[in-house]
Amino acid sequence: MSAIVPPELKYTKSHEWVRLEGETATVGISDHAQHELTDVVYVELPAIGRKVAAGEACAVVESVKTASDIYSPLSGEVVAVNGELAAHPERVNTEPYQGGWFFKLKLAQPSEAQGLLGAESYARQIGL
Amino acid sequence: MPLCYSGIIEEHLAVRGAAGLFDISHMGEISARGAGAMEFLNSALTNDARALRAGQGQYTILCNERGGAVDDLYLYRVEEGEYLMIVNASRIEADFAWLQQRLAAFPGGGSVELRNRSEELAAVAVQGPKVAGFIDQCFPADAQKATALRKNDIARFNFAGRAVLVSRTGYTGEDGFEIVAGAEIIEALWDRLLEAGRGAGLKPAGLGARDTLRTEVCYPLYGHELDENTTPLEAGLGYFVALGKGDFTGRAVLAQQKAQGLTRKLAAFKMAERSAPPRPGYPIWSEAGGAEPIGRVSSGTQSPSLGIGIGLGFVAAEYAPANTAIGIEIRGRRVPARTVARPIYRRS
Repeated sequence: MSAIVPPELKYTKSHEWVRLEGETATVGISDHAQHELTDVVYVELPAIGRKVAAGEACAVVESVKTASDIYSPLSGEVVAVNGELAAHPERVNTEPYQGGWFFKLKLAQPSEAQGLLGAESYARQIGL
Repeated sequence: MPLCYSGIIEEHLAVRGAAGLFDISHMGEISARGAGAMEFLNSALTNDARALRAGQGQYTILCNERGGAVDDLYLYRVEEGEYLMIVNASRIEADFAWLQQRLAAFPGGGSVELRNRSEELAAVAVQGPKVAGFIDQCFPADAQKATALRKNDIARFNFAGRAVLVSRTGYTGEDGFEIVAGAEIIEALWDRLLEAGRGAGLKPAGLGARDTLRTEVCYPLYGHELDENTTPLEAGLGYFVALGKGDFTGRAVLAQQKAQGLTRKLAAFKMAERSAPPRPGYPIWSEAGGAEPIGRVSSGTQSPSLGIGIGLGFVAAEYAPANTAIGIEIRGRRVPARTVARPIYRRS
């Protein structure tokens, strides 16, 4: 199965994607990750207002088979979460880069984003 | 067997609605033959082997002397003095060693030949409400039809010039068949079944769907609901323990346990609200809370058929009756659930 890696996004080694817009970052999990997890049945999201550090586990995605931690790619404050996932967790599978987003951060240190992977590096990591 | 082919939920729903094909070649096969085979097996296993006529099988448990389960298995009387046990992959060596040890101590055991045939034999399971519509196509050379088998029956059929054993059994709660064949023809059999079932919507199904299907119908999984320290009575399998048949390994402990009453029991439960799926090992609490959990989840998942978290768990006996309010601790939070009658899922 060939995974989609949109060129305009940034990625982490742990398979989160980041959409940067000014000082805000939207976070989700990659198409490759959702394939690996198989059917997502539940997503536990962080509380709005929570301050997270880069690399901190702050959400959980549950497939039929297993629970996996989601790590914040960057430091900042959670300013929005995707409430739609409560009723429609399968969107993580069907539209991982659109309706399947997890949360938005107001970045504490926007320069941290330079440490993220570009689409080409991430594609190489997952063997594309 | 892979975890999944096209997706656990898709494969699960294919089995419930049409048909699924499982490669169960990892399962073990142990044969017992000879004049004393029936008496020996009856002394080693919990169910009443005397009830089997040739061409019939039964679910049964191999216990240790403490009444704990060495394994749970299917015993088939293939012919008059020829028996076949289908055992769990992880238990093949333990089962075979224990059976040999019991046989050595069994009077007249010299007439019984035990063989571990797990290397040479392979197996597939084809399960679902549409299977009976196409399985007979796979055995055109036989006068008898596989669909003439009743539940738990077994018979020899011809495939690719070889004899295979077809039984009307399974681990999904659906109608279906399991086929034991020589490892060298199992791939051809797999391909033939896929071809015969294509029009009916037959899909290859993996270990993930196998687990969610059996959990919905509350079939035990060795290592989860059964182990050497858990008796079949505690696991709710008293129906398969024939205490009245005469002596068998573990009987004394089981009879005493039955007379004294169980202190812990296996309960099935359903989450009361949308939540993360319950998982094995999660603590189970009474509705009132209290200082200690009342038990632990042994199997848990999101039910693809019901769209909610379900599971099995061992609890203090007073909490086991259906419709008891309980809480499942999921990552530090107690989520409301309720015990339910088994099976959790029943075809409507």
